[in-house]
This record gives sequence, C-alpha cells and structure tokens, in this order.
Amino acid sequence: MSLQEELLGLPPAKLAVEKVSKWFRTSRQTVHALDNISLEIAEGEFVCLVGPSGCGKSTLLDIIAGLEVPDEGRVMADNAPVLEAGRHRLVMFQEAALFPWLDVTGNVMFGLKLKPGLTNKERLEVAKFFIQLVGLEKFSHAHVHELSGGMKQRVALARALAPNPRVLLMDEPFAALDALTREQLYSDIQRIWEKRRKTILFVTHNVREAVCLADRVFLFSRNPGQIREEFLIPLPRPRDINSIELAEHASKITRALKGYVDGEVAE
Amino acid sequence: MRRFLLATLFFVVLIAIWHFLVKAGIYSPVLLPSPQSVGEYLLGAARDGTLLQATSVTVRRLLVGYFIGIMIGLPLGLFTSASKFMEDTIGVMALGLQTLPSVCWIPLALLWFGQTESAMLFVVVMGTVWSVVIATDTGVRNIPPIFARAAKTMGSTGLHKWTKVILPASLPFLVSGMKQGWAFAWRSLMAAEIYVTILTGFGLGHLLHYGRELNAMEQVIGVMFVIIAIGLLTDKILFSPIERFLHNRWGTGLR
Repeated sequence: MSLQEELLGLPPAKLAVEKVSKWFRTSRQTVHALDNISLEIAEGEFVCLVGPSGCGKSTLLDIIAGLEVPDEGRVMADNAPVLEAGRHRLVMFQEAALFPWLDVTGNVMFGLKLKPGLTNKERLEVAKFFIQLVGLEKFSHAHVHELSGGMKQRVALARALAPNPRVLLMDEPFAALDALTREQLYSDIQRIWEKRRKTILFVTHNVREAVCLADRVFLFSRNPGQIREEFLIPLPRPRDINSIELAEHASKITRALKGYVDGEVAE
Repeated sequence: MRRFLLATLFFVVLIAIWHFLVKAGIYSPVLLPSPQSVGEYLLGAARDGTLLQATSVTVRRLLVGYFIGIMIGLPLGLFTSASKFMEDTIGVMALGLQTLPSVCWIPLALLWFGQTESAMLFVVVMGTVWSVVIATDTGVRNIPPIFARAAKTMGSTGLHKWTKVILPASLPFLVSGMKQGWAFAWRSLMAAEIYVTILTGFGLGHLLHYGRELNAMEQVIGVMFVIIAIGLLTDKILFSPIERFLHNRWGTGLR
C-alpha cells in the first residue's frame, strides 16, 4: 500500500444499530440503560447523540465501539456484526487518555504501529501529517503533561485519525474544556472533517455543540434510555456556534429535551 | 552549587560535633572513637584491600539476589493481577511472606544450603521477591481504566497490551516496589552476613561482626559508613535515573 493510498484511505463506513437493549445489574438495582435502540448512520455522516446524563448515550457509543456487549440486538459496521473493539472504530474519550510514558509523536504512533502493511518510515510520515493537521507540529516531541487540555484533545484526535479508522466515535471529547478552546476545536473539527470525511458519532449533552457539528441529531431520554426524536440540521458549513440560525435550531431541541426531562420528573 | 555547599556544611558540622564530643572526654574512646581514627581505619582497610574485597563480595550477593528476585517477582505480580485464581493463591502467599521479616529466613537457609553463597542468595531473593510481587500487582490494579480502553480500541491485545501498555503504565508503582524490595534485600543480607560466617567470602557484615569481636570500634563505625555509602550510591545510580524519567514524563514531583 502506498503512502498516498494510506492517506486517502477506505471509504467511511455505514453503521447500523439494530434493536439494541442493555441492562446494568448490580446487587441493589437494575438499570435499564438502553431500550430497543435502532438507528442508521450513512457513510461519511456526522451524527450527534444528545441527552441528559445517565440516558445511556455513552453506553451506546461503547457498544458500537465494541467495548460493551449489548444484551439484545446488534451493531452492524460495513454489514458485519461488531464483536469486539478494533482499530476500524476508534474512540475519543472525554479524558484525552494519552499515555504519559510516550511523547506526542509516540502517542500518535501507538495505533499506527498496530496497523499492518506499513513501514515504520511511512508510519512516522502519517503521524507527522496528522500532528500537523491538528496544528501541533511544534509540540511533536512534547511530553503529555506539558500540554494544555485543548492540546491533549488535539493529540487524542490525531491519534484516533492516524490509523485511518472507518468510524470515529467521540464521547463528550470537549466537555472538560473551557469555552474558548471548545470554539476553536469546533472549527478545527469541521475543517478536518471536510478534509477527511469520516463517519462520526459524537455524544454530548451540549445541544449547541451538537447543532454546530452534526448532520443529524438524535435526542435521548433516560429511564430507560430511548431515542425520542431526530432532528435534521440543514445549516451550511462551516458553522459558527454563535450564529442566530444555529441558536434557533438549538433552542428547538433544548425545548424538546426539557419536555422529556420534566415529564420524567412528573412521573 | 549553593545547595552543594549547604549540604557539605551540614556534614562538616556533624563531624565537628562528633569531634568535640570525643575531645570533651565524656565517653571512653573505646566506645566512641574519634573521626580521625575511623578515617585512618578506612584508609588502611582500603589500602590493604580488605574493604574492597568485602564490598565486592557483598555487592555481588546483593545485585545477583536482587535481580533474581525481580525476575521472579515481576511476572508473578503480573499473574496475580491478571487472574482471580492467582490472586487468591500466589497473591495471598506473597502478602503473608512479605510480612515475614526476611531475617527469619536465615535459620532455614542455613539448614537447607549450609554456610554457602546459596544461603546468602536465598535470603536476598526472599527479601526481594514478595515486595516486588505486591508492588507489581498494585501497580497494574492502579492503572487508570481509560488507558486500557483506549489501548483496546486501537487494537492492542495480548502480549502487546502487557508490554506496551500495562507495564509502562504501572511503572511508577513498580519503581517504588523495586525500591522497597531493594531495601528489604539490603537489610536481610546485612543481617545474614552478621549472623553467619560464610566460608566462600567475607562481606561487609563480617567485617562489622569482627570489628565487634575485636572491640575495634573504629572498624565498626567505618564499615557502617561504607554500608551507608553503598545505600546512597545505589539510590543515585540505580533509581534516580528511573525516577527522573518518571517525573519528567508523568509531570509528577515538585521542582
């Protein structure tokens, strides 16, 4: 495989979640985390899952990643059932989860080294490409603890993109960052997504964030975790999180979200 | 430089106090020799080779025993952290044996191996192994689960996971466990050398022991200094570089 092919890569995957249910049982109680979830994500589509905390959206992401096993139903990626975690569906977590014993390049290289069919020289070039893409070329040999929170998430993004996964799963990756850094990352992620169109599933409880990034937004409610509504976001890109049109879409979704949360309290 | 001068001053003051205590004549010079006589003993023993001989015998026992201990302890600790069965069996045994002061192995070692090098090695290994097992086990158990999850999604499993993720991630715990193992090994070896005469080689413990037998207090104190110096040197040569690496990479420690 040539380096050029490696960078251009495979077409993004199509994901299908088919009637997935999940319960968490402890000695004291049973939590119905996911109730009969079905959704389809097209190739190269950017989809956000929004909902209150505890609605099971992160659990669904773990199941799609192959980190959790559903009690009922299944997840299909490229028409094959997901049985275990693997480099075709990489995850970005809320914490950057970078390895402190490696420098920035070492972290980006970690997944690449597990990918067959490349020479080490090509791997290093791919790593350099992605470190540059997230704008950290000056920090390629920095230690993890020397980076700010935003920079750590950029490295985590480069690390997730470098092995050229079919799907990128993002679990509230910007939740712990300050507003300014987050806004910078929204435009970065849109720019990167334009360049390297991946199927992205993005979990968040921030409605504006979801509207800013997604083609489609799924609204979750909890007890049990269910999909309540689906919103299309037809806004042109790149989107500015502070624009009025975006705020209108966001407030519509927020109202719907509040309806379900209030309903839940009333029960 | 300033730090170095201050540290030097501190030790000069300590020796000066010692000097004046001897000068004051409160204690018998048999019990409290002067700094000069201790220095003379050390110089003499260094010249005639006894000190070097004893040090090399002791250090060799220590290093060989310590590394055997790590070679056994590290994999055992990985096993106990990985399997419930190993945790309930080897893990419990390690915990029990670690609480046993390693001096208690000496009578058994003598009966099993006689007055030989093997007996000395056995005591050092027993002093090292169990604390390394427990430190490794604790280290693996304290790895943030997010590391394992991230590694798993990137396709790291099996041997790759153990060597490239779990071992480096538990390094901070491993190093403190190895330091503890080192301290146990060093103490148990000294006890063993003072306690029994091994015909194949006289170590520092023997010098210390014979210093007492001959009422040569300057020898006793001189050898104690050598033992302290070895401990300090080991810390600087063996552990400091690893700890510096850890502080550097993990961003821990105050500077």
